[in-house]
Amino acid sequence: MFIVKYIKDVWNAVRSLLKGMRRTGYYFTHHKEIITQQYPDNKDTLHLPERFKGEVVMLHDENNEHLCTGCTACELACPNATIKIITKFDITPDGKKKKAIDKFVYHLELCTMCNLCIIACPTDAIKMAQTFEHSVFDRSELTKILNKPGSKIKEGVE
Amino acid sequence: MYRQTEIIKDASQPGIEGDMVINVGPQHPATHGVLHLVITLNGETIKKVEPHLGYIHRSIEKMCESLSYRQFIYVTSRMDYLSAHINNHACALCVEKGLQVEIPPRAQVIRILMDELTRIASHELWWGAMAMDLGAFTPFFHAFRERETINDIMEDTCGARLTMNYIVPGGVMADLHPDFQKKTKEFIQLYKRKIHEYDELVTGNIIFQNRMKGIGYLSPEDAVSYGCTGPTARGSGVSSDIRKLYPYEIYDKLEFDEVLESAGDSFARYMIRIGEMQQSIRIIEQLIDNIPEGDFQAKTKAVLKLPKGEYYSRVETARGELGVYIVSENGTTPYRIKFRSPGFSNLSVLDHIARGSKLGDLVAMMGTLDLVIPDIDR
Ligand code: SF4
Ligand code: SF4
Repeated sequence: MFIVKYIKDVWNAVRSLLKGMRRTGYYFTHHKEIITQQYPDNKDTLHLPERFKGEVVMLHDENNEHLCTGCTACELACPNATIKIITKFDITPDGKKKKAIDKFVYHLELCTMCNLCIIACPTDAIKMAQTFEHSVFDRSELTKILNKPGSKIKEGVE
Repeated sequence: MYRQTEIIKDASQPGIEGDMVINVGPQHPATHGVLHLVITLNGETIKKVEPHLGYIHRSIEKMCESLSYRQFIYVTSRMDYLSAHINNHACALCVEKGLQVEIPPRAQVIRILMDELTRIASHELWWGAMAMDLGAFTPFFHAFRERETINDIMEDTCGARLTMNYIVPGGVMADLHPDFQKKTKEFIQLYKRKIHEYDELVTGNIIFQNRMKGIGYLSPEDAVSYGCTGPTARGSGVSSDIRKLYPYEIYDKLEFDEVLESAGDSFARYMIRIGEMQQSIRIIEQLIDNIPEGDFQAKTKAVLKLPKGEYYSRVETARGELGVYIVSENGTTPYRIKFRSPGFSNLSVLDHIARGSKLGDLVAMMGTLDLVIPDIDR
């Protein structure tokens, strides 16, 4: 019968809308289930996982020594030419010449955080840091020298 | 090419007088990216839809030809960024085919787990965006609540939320995070607790149903001849799940159903994706407690060289079949790479299904095709 079907349709339609509204009402009255993160107000409690890929950094110990031998494996592994290793020759105490890095140039603006350089490094000299706020006022600030001034390679690392 | 919005006044050709040509995009919120549609309208009825591509073309195929077999995988995350992990998977499979390496069982299971999590995340986002296209804004946030949990899992193990680059030829880049199993189980709990909200909010909604049912009909024959794959084809009843038809990794040992609907309209395509999320949950549940011990990566040479020849691999991404075709000349970089992306074929059907319907339904139809523009343009 037409009229019964018509009323049924209207009833079903109204019911479906009320069902959705009930869900909306539920969240309106249950504030605890709201999970919005109040960034940047929650900066102190915001912890990123230790594997998060934010930027490439070089590890230095307390004597300002790093593990990088200047082998350029990371430079070759990088798909975006983000890394440029500039090497120099150090004179060791016994008069021999030894290759060492002069500058580890890292172009953050070219980096896609693919992690390939990290897994290519034979001495684990570089790693990913968990920083993610990279905006700066001038583009040149994104080109970084990763080895700290005055740092040298740790004894015994080949 | 950009066409000025105009009302055609040319009386010499019969039938086109009074038609209006409008542009949607390239910058338009409804196209979810830089897609440009030139639409010819008669009143409110669509006569023709011409997609114009190329606004986000980055020549990824050419780019890959200058990168080594280890390096090119990460670039493909930038094609269909919502199923980045599955794209990487396809490339790794193709390289492994050439190298003839055996993938450790643990790596295979990890890959599948991540694939299915990515698929759910992608469908969640699609669901939110789809509802938003039709004017419902809150579902977007409901979908992101669950998707966020997956992103956290990804962040823990892969170190990134969207472009993970977790797969390397021979396995995966790192072992699973110790919390992975716990967090994934928590996600499954959360998903099961919340999934009924999806139906209450959107699926059962009468306005939504009226705007989806019977709209954008695609017949099985047309789905095949336009080369549609994925949920778009399955919505018309065409069986096209690569995981079932050409199983890769250990999909042939898993229990899951290929979701099929026969109606062929927008609502059928919608229901397919909702069903696929549940099948993905089923796959994850089977594997999560049975991750084999062992290596997560097979031993491969530092510099990979594929023997001379042609290699093709295909996977099922969240949008359909992704094919990777590599021609190798025995060098360290591919001689030629071709990607068969699902989005391109699925977009080409838009003109066909949109003809004769109203302009307001076009957005709903585009939503159910689940277009990701960088995947179409590459
Ligand atoms: S993370 Fe990738 S893009 Fe960035 S420096 Fe390392 S290899 Fe290059
Ligand atoms: S960071 Fe590692 S891979 Fe790069 S030059 Fe130094 S030692 Fe070699």
